[in-house]
Amino acid sequence: MDAILEMRRISKRFPGVKALDEVNLSVERGEIHALVGENGAGKSTLMKILSGVYPHGDYDGEIVYESQPAAFRGIADSERAGIIIIHQELALVPLLSIAENLFLGNEIARRGVIDWPETFSRTEALLRKVGLKEPPTALVDTLGVGKQQLVEIAKALSKDVKLLILDEPTAALQERDADALLELLLELKEHGITSILISHKLNEIGRVADKITVLRDGMVVSTLDCHEREVSEEHIIRDMVGRDMAHRYPERVPRIGNTLLEVSNWNVTHPLHADRRVIRDASISVAAGEVVGIAGLMGSGRTEFAMSLFGRSYGRNISGSVKLNGREVDVSTVERAIGSGLAYVTEDRKALGLVLEENILRNITLANLGDVSKNGVVDDAAERQVAEDYRRTLGIRTPSIFQKVMNLSGGNQQKVVLSKWLFAGPQVLILDEPTRGIDVGAKFEIYGIINRLADQGKGVIMISSEMPELLGMCDRICVMREGAIVGDLPAAEANQERIMAMIVKGQEGRQWH
Amino acid sequence: MALTKSAAETPRSSAARYLSNHLREYGMLLALVVIMIFFQIVTDGTLMRPVNITNLFLQNSYIIIMALGMLLVIVSGHIDLSVGSVVGFVGALAAIMLVHWQLPTFVVIPACLLVGILIGAAQGYWVAYWRIPSFIVTLAGMLVFRGLSLWILQGQSVGPFPRNFQALSTGFVPDLFGVDKPNLTALLLGLVAAGTILFMAARSRKRHQKFGMEEEPFGFFIARNGLIALAIIYISYLLSTYRGLPNVLITMAILTAIYAFLTKSTTIGRRIYALGGNEKAAKLSGINTERLTFLAFVNMGMLAALAGLIFAARLNTATPKAGVSFELDVIAAVFIGGASMSGGVGKIIGAVVGACIMGVMNNGMSILGIGIDYQQVIKGLVLLAAVIFDVYNKNKQT
Repeated sequence: MDAILEMRRISKRFPGVKALDEVNLSVERGEIHALVGENGAGKSTLMKILSGVYPHGDYDGEIVYESQPAAFRGIADSERAGIIIIHQELALVPLLSIAENLFLGNEIARRGVIDWPETFSRTEALLRKVGLKEPPTALVDTLGVGKQQLVEIAKALSKDVKLLILDEPTAALQERDADALLELLLELKEHGITSILISHKLNEIGRVADKITVLRDGMVVSTLDCHEREVSEEHIIRDMVGRDMAHRYPERVPRIGNTLLEVSNWNVTHPLHADRRVIRDASISVAAGEVVGIAGLMGSGRTEFAMSLFGRSYGRNISGSVKLNGREVDVSTVERAIGSGLAYVTEDRKALGLVLEENILRNITLANLGDVSKNGVVDDAAERQVAEDYRRTLGIRTPSIFQKVMNLSGGNQQKVVLSKWLFAGPQVLILDEPTRGIDVGAKFEIYGIINRLADQGKGVIMISSEMPELLGMCDRICVMREGAIVGDLPAAEANQERIMAMIVKGQEGRQWH
Repeated sequence: MALTKSAAETPRSSAARYLSNHLREYGMLLALVVIMIFFQIVTDGTLMRPVNITNLFLQNSYIIIMALGMLLVIVSGHIDLSVGSVVGFVGALAAIMLVHWQLPTFVVIPACLLVGILIGAAQGYWVAYWRIPSFIVTLAGMLVFRGLSLWILQGQSVGPFPRNFQALSTGFVPDLFGVDKPNLTALLLGLVAAGTILFMAARSRKRHQKFGMEEEPFGFFIARNGLIALAIIYISYLLSTYRGLPNVLITMAILTAIYAFLTKSTTIGRRIYALGGNEKAAKLSGINTERLTFLAFVNMGMLAALAGLIFAARLNTATPKAGVSFELDVIAAVFIGGASMSGGVGKIIGAVVGACIMGVMNNGMSILGIGIDYQQVIKGLVLLAAVIFDVYNKNKQT
């Protein structure tokens, strides 16, 4: 066996906390090595050390790469050695072409003048390798996330990558794009490229990984060889969270009451292109105590539907009726939508849900300052009481409610967003990808919160790209395709195959409607 | 998670940790004190002479007043470059009304403030509702109002003004007790102000302690508030030995208190910070972000007009050049005071202290006879240093 990389007894301290504690990681040449662990387990820190973001001397332990001790002082060093990391947040320049992005900082040029023919022909060759059929002159801006991910990989290939590190490459991808990406990884493996894959999606890891290293609290819990014996997802989860999670979705006995929210014949056009209908005659209803899922591909209009409903935050020429408790309500501004009893937890927590610079307390009360103030003056004590209550009931793990939300983990940030909307006192909550980018343990807690809300008689609409999550949580699942609701199934009748069939072949899906 | 832990488990003493988290706030105050002591020594005590202290307030009041409005604009994520020109324009307008049209002061002042509000509204409208970058809108405003003040003054200086208008700036609070020097009213008001500040600070600390949210060590609390109270009493004593409290000082103090309260304790203040911190999140939380942005500019226009009146009253004449490059001093003061260019961060007290630092440096360097050339260089470097200090501090924390 020939190890391309050995990381030995790696330790890294941040002020007051040991992020990594004597971690050993050994990666064989030509394998796909998965790195899993909850958020904050130390995966990213380890990879930052490997790629030189934390330079040599900033950590303890040693790295042996290609049988040589390595001391990377920066990303440039590690890239020169053929170690390339692709981050979760893509590092492409949107308004440059694919070719320009591929060779950014590495241009094929003579005395500073770019050789475009050569650039284009090399780009085409690279794009062929990753299976992307786009002209080299296409702007990155015009590509979907999945294709952008492929451009990133092509960029890595252009740098003679030997060890490719992918940090949650499929987190933002649809199942189809994710599949293509995983296929590509397997293909690269055939060509002798070693990969380290960080992912929360265990089914993907099961498909491609040769070995799995599980990190927990900065330590290696286990390294599993997938070829030696079958590795079960339950086993990995148990190692990750340090406890048995027999039930990934907490139990709930639905007690469904009267219909709360009824949206009918909802139509929305694109904000810029008036002739493009984004939502077509969508109708949906939620009852008290009911959790209704919306399945569908990214771009099928789920988020657009939710946002247009919530104070016309998206789109133009919005028409349709919204009834709450049988009465027509005005949801034409966010303020009115909140006043009518709606809440919308956005898909993108950091960009749309939180004020990162502000503390937990101020984020929680933001949507309902009126309830903690008198004559426009905020009552500090009342506000603090509210924040403490939510910290306790939702289990936000933080030393103090005065902590900036920027410093919280994804799961805790999501709990802050949920607290904000619970404090606004809605009857119906629309949750858009409520568990995206959250580790397994926190996901379970979020599910518990959702169930409690339903038990309290609130209506919940849950948009999710993870089908098992919808199947595990919802009482009813609506399927969205190209802006229309093409299916509405009770959970008991739903399964992944059926939903997928509706998603890809909307027409046949209608038969079940 | 890693960071949350670091805050909880840091072994350093709580005082040291508190200091490092609040280095910026104490640093500002400390910097001001150090700068004052420095100039006090190198100017052989001229800086703190009653007459000079009085001048210091007269010279900087309009910068401080505009810094209050500018802080709100910058916190909301925008900038206003037009305030210098608005100062000139409103001063010119007041001069025309007072001198050419012979209108009474009590008509002119409200009319000019209204004009300022309209100017702010006109600019805020494009920024808030049309989403035109504030840099561009107010750059245009800067040119337009400079041009308009030249036009209405026909390139001439217009003055002098009636006494009751001058009193806006160069007037003093009369001594109610009739004794000439020291001015007992000034001393008494100083004592009352110091007492009020101490009382409010103690009350707020007590309330915070009750809920366990006070983290400032007691020693720091005493030192900080004691220093502020002593400074106020000392300055009011100095002023009392000259002509008493200038009217502008009272205006300034009241406005500072109002805006500090507004930003700290009201829902509108809270929403402005949220708007600047993350506009989209604020909007999706039901906050009318357009209206808030609009109001921030309206408010700025009003304060710029007030500053224009005070400045004209101080010079006792309106000139087409009045207010040139004031916007830069005001913006610099706000950034020295710790506000962030990207919005969402900054405090009223910071902006006021920032303006005081600039003012004391201007004044001190002028007393020393340092040329305007060096003065500009030094001021520029101080601004840069303050912001570098901010960024350094932030990087250290993460």
